Amino acid sequence: MRYVALVLVALAMLGTGGLVWLGWYPAIRPVQPPARTSFPAASIERGARLAALGNCMSCHTAAGGAAFAGGRPLQTPFGTIYASNITPDPESGIGAWSLAAFVRALRQGVDRRGQQLYPAFPYDHFTKLTAADDADLYAFLMTRGAVRAGKPGNELSFPFDHRFLIAGWKLLFFRAAPFRPDPARDAQWNRGAYLVQGLAHCGACHTPRNLLGAEEAGHMLSGGEVEGWYAYAVNGASPAPVPWSADSLYAFLRHGWQPQHGDALGPMREVTDELAGAPDDDLRAIAVYIASGLGKGAMRPVPAPIAAPASSGETLYQGACADCHEKRGGPPFAGIDLARSSATHAPNAIDLANIITGGIPASGEERAPIMPGFGVVLTGRQTTELIAWLRARFGAAHPRDGIAEAVQAARAKTGQLEAAR
Amino acid sequence: MILNINGQQQTVDADPDTPLLYVLRGELGLNGAKYGCGLGQCGACTVLVDNRAAFSCITPVAVLADKRIVTLEGLGSADNPGPLQHAFIEEQAAQCGYCTAGMIMRAEGLLRRNNQPAEAEIRAAMQPNLCRCGTHMRILRAVRRAAAVIRKNAEAGQ
Repeated sequence: MRYVALVLVALAMLGTGGLVWLGWYPAIRPVQPPARTSFPAASIERGARLAALGNCMSCHTAAGGAAFAGGRPLQTPFGTIYASNITPDPESGIGAWSLAAFVRALRQGVDRRGQQLYPAFPYDHFTKLTAADDADLYAFLMTRGAVRAGKPGNELSFPFDHRFLIAGWKLLFFRAAPFRPDPARDAQWNRGAYLVQGLAHCGACHTPRNLLGAEEAGHMLSGGEVEGWYAYAVNGASPAPVPWSADSLYAFLRHGWQPQHGDALGPMREVTDELAGAPDDDLRAIAVYIASGLGKGAMRPVPAPIAAPASSGETLYQGACADCHEKRGGPPFAGIDLARSSATHAPNAIDLANIITGGIPASGEERAPIMPGFGVVLTGRQTTELIAWLRARFGAAHPRDGIAEAVQAARAKTGQLEAAR
Repeated sequence: MILNINGQQQTVDADPDTPLLYVLRGELGLNGAKYGCGLGQCGACTVLVDNRAAFSCITPVAVLADKRIVTLEGLGSADNPGPLQHAFIEEQAAQCGYCTAGMIMRAEGLLRRNNQPAEAEIRAAMQPNLCRCGTHMRILRAVRRAAAVIRKNAEAGQ
């Protein structure tokens, strides 16, 4: 018995030692923050557009905080990780990082000091970036205003708070490799593939993750959960009742809204807001690539609403939802016909519960969609009944279970939001 | 069905999916809450439901059976205005006045849970209500004034 224990201890020590050895990287010498004049203006401009495609700002900016100064919490199943400050402040940001240090972080997930980075930073995608794009992004970030801002320590459960384990995670799930174009496809498709798989890191939300938080290799873009939202499948498993096309995808990414599909909501809203700074050609390329993965699909007719059994959910729908969603109010206040909504047809009720409970808050002075939240007046039970009826009427193919849990989570989340105000 | 409005049990005869606003104005003659957009976007119809501001135009009465509803009429009268109503008069925080009832109810919801709100909290709380005349600064002053009065009353009461 004692022998077995000794062997186990020895193995554990060997394993730990192995990981520490594997995961060891040297620090890269700090540099003086490079002067703005050391970067060509064109490179900075290209970097700005790349940063918009990469959605850098929304993760690296805290609510009400300075742009790129970090501190935004990312909830993961393993705990909370706070985004780093990526302004060129030499102490708290990346001001002392050379281009080589920046590239190592993007491609290998290791910071300037040689510390392993959690894959919440999607280097599993950024590893595909070209050297030219790396340099342009560097030029853009190093010419932002330097902001001194520390970030709270990560709140991760044991053993995930030990960074040396990331070396093991990488061994299992991470391959540092550049993007390989498909010679059988045209340049636009390949540009889209490069962006989707790399910089735009669509899979970080839209691909399901395994128990250790790695994207499941065989299920690219088949739908994932992030920060309490469900990111719909954008491959052949797309739940959209109106099939997406390259044109409608482009319009959705360009405007954050598409008449047949509705609005970008939750975390996707942040993405489309940031994509406002991305070039048209790139959004078209992304749309073409994604559309090619949706399969032929043909134009299915939008399923007609079916007669759902009468319930209090129908009463709530008629009183609270129908005026907008059946366009009785007329434009400009006209919600999407719920027969066309991906949320009503999704494999779970997570997003429906979020939207009904929290609404779609107005966003500053921008012209943008808005919907009142019903968490104030509906109880959890009433919300559950409403969702069950909506899904029975508009998205009949899907199971009814899990609704109460989704509603409970949505209500807890809105409660937290109100407390934080 | 029976609704608890301004502390009184009111029996109303309405389909369960009727929005509360129509019952208040059409059936009970409580015209404080206004019909603005009918879509929960402007706030003119705001009332309190269990002390929280809600858009009465999109709240079906079916969900209100066991809840306490407070309308503008529940805060005071022309002769005896409540602190917020008084503050709105003192600050002349109305231009056309159409949004005023909703503004007061939205502010009432805030001050009931927090009688010393920071400026940012007031602005965040009032955000769902629209005023198209541009009386915003006066409205904010009125809310601050009422908060001070409510705090003073609370201290005097102790």
